[in-house]
Amino acid sequence: MFRRSHTPSAGVVIYVDGKPVHAAAEESVAAAMLVAGFTSFRASAVSAAPRAPHCMIGNCFECLVEINGQPDRQACLTIVSDGMHVRRQAEEPGP
Amino acid sequence: MSNEHHDLAIVGAGPAGMAAAVTAAELGLDTVVLDEQQAPGGQIYRNIEALERGGHIEKLGDDYRRGAELAGALRASTATYCPGSVVWQTSPDGRIGLTGPDGARMVHARRILLATGAMERPVPIPGWTLPGVMGVGAAQTLFKASDIVPNVPVVIAGSGPLIYLVALQLARAGCTIAALLVTTPASRIASALKELPRALLAGRNLLKGVGWVQEVRRLGIPLANGVSGLRIDGKDRAEGISYEADGSRHRLAAGLVLLHEGVIPDNQLSLSTRCQQIWDAAQLCWRPATDEWGATSEERIAIAGDGAGILGALAAENLGRLAALDTAFRLDCIDQAERDRRARPERAALARHKRIRPLLDRLFQPAAESLLPTDPDTIICRCEEVTVAQMREAVHLGGEDPNRAKIFTRCGMGPCQGRMCGPTVASLIAHETGRTMAAVGTYRIRVPVRPIPLMTLAGLIGEEEGLPPGESTL
Repeated sequence: MFRRSHTPSAGVVIYVDGKPVHAAAEESVAAAMLVAGFTSFRASAVSAAPRAPHCMIGNCFECLVEINGQPDRQACLTIVSDGMHVRRQAEEPGP
Repeated sequence: MSNEHHDLAIVGAGPAGMAAAVTAAELGLDTVVLDEQQAPGGQIYRNIEALERGGHIEKLGDDYRRGAELAGALRASTATYCPGSVVWQTSPDGRIGLTGPDGARMVHARRILLATGAMERPVPIPGWTLPGVMGVGAAQTLFKASDIVPNVPVVIAGSGPLIYLVALQLARAGCTIAALLVTTPASRIASALKELPRALLAGRNLLKGVGWVQEVRRLGIPLANGVSGLRIDGKDRAEGISYEADGSRHRLAAGLVLLHEGVIPDNQLSLSTRCQQIWDAAQLCWRPATDEWGATSEERIAIAGDGAGILGALAAENLGRLAALDTAFRLDCIDQAERDRRARPERAALARHKRIRPLLDRLFQPAAESLLPTDPDTIICRCEEVTVAQMREAVHLGGEDPNRAKIFTRCGMGPCQGRMCGPTVASLIAHETGRTMAAVGTYRIRVPVRPIPLMTLAGLIGEEEGLPPGESTL
């Protein structure tokens, strides 16, 4: 759905569901995942429909993912770091 | 960490926050700026320092240079800039709860300035929850922050100056804009013309807007005006968008649909701090009640910039400086005469920036169907997946204000805490009960306004002086 205009000068590697993803330093987890081709970030709480980032500035909470074991992190507000482990949330995370 | 004290804490480092911080620091106030982003700029001037360093400002347009100047002034000031700081609580007594790069902490300030800016107005149309449907501003954020652009045909739909600007920015970056679907009805243009004489005084801004539309046409971007009945289709992601124009229904294939019906104040913190809110009938949004200095109904809390009503980035600077001057006066750094003297050029500039606003507000009024969705199956609460039909039923069962409707339906109880459904819920209730938006009211918002892990929160308990162990700081 997205591509980079330019190759970033510095990069890191994060792991999304175990798959290595190259990201530009200082960019958000959501940006890195979108450009890597992830179209679904989580399943919605009620109908388990696929959801992906909508607002990119922290308001819609559609980009919630598990980061380094912690669920419900906002991927659009979280900056990538080398070796970070991201998991897409498959089901209702909690009550 | 609980003994961090400042004269002024500013939440947000967009144009209002940056300008306020520079002025406050200059007047001798111990000022801290708490910003969610990694570098100053806010949404409008996002990533502006890196763009300037790389010589890339021109890809956005010359207007963005102002952002680089402001960021430079903030860096050069004595204000403490705290990037990556997510504020989840502001209290009327001056306490601020935030999560920063080193974990959660409480900060104390004699006064708080909320400079949280605006957010895109939610556009609840059929299919808007599908992956591949984003805000126009969201796509612009990816472009500014990460130089990331769509690689599929894009349809941009809605109204407002931003749709033309982003269409141009993406087209210049080599993207395929399949269509620009403008929801502004033709009749609106005639009524907006009444505001034209005053807007003409705004000169350059008006010409800029006209220039954008001309360039959209020159670049051959397909443009349809007076579009309605927007409906996005697709199974697991957006595949196309259909709409009505010229009396018939059309459909376009689209891998990415960008929606926009203007911006509204991000008032989550001012709501949670119980600052009095008013319904703005011209801008069709709730905003905190502020006086000419940005002061709110809460003694220690002021608000500057688009978070107090949409006036744009240039006006936000003036409003930021006015709020800083008033803070310095209230904290006895300057006397009233000096405050008023320094305020004069800010007020003059503000008046100039305001001239174009009545025209913009009227011309780019959000499409009726996005304010009041009528399709019963359209989801209005993205988190809890509550539909128009379910909300109507709840209203008829007695859910006649947003807080009661929330209990009936779970609408607004999900992680976004009503940010995405609040305006729609209120407007559906107003329509079903025949009352005004002002009478219907809005959600009560409670802290924390951003998620914070319980373990982190627990770590703060007892750190606050005077609090017995085990008692929450909330």
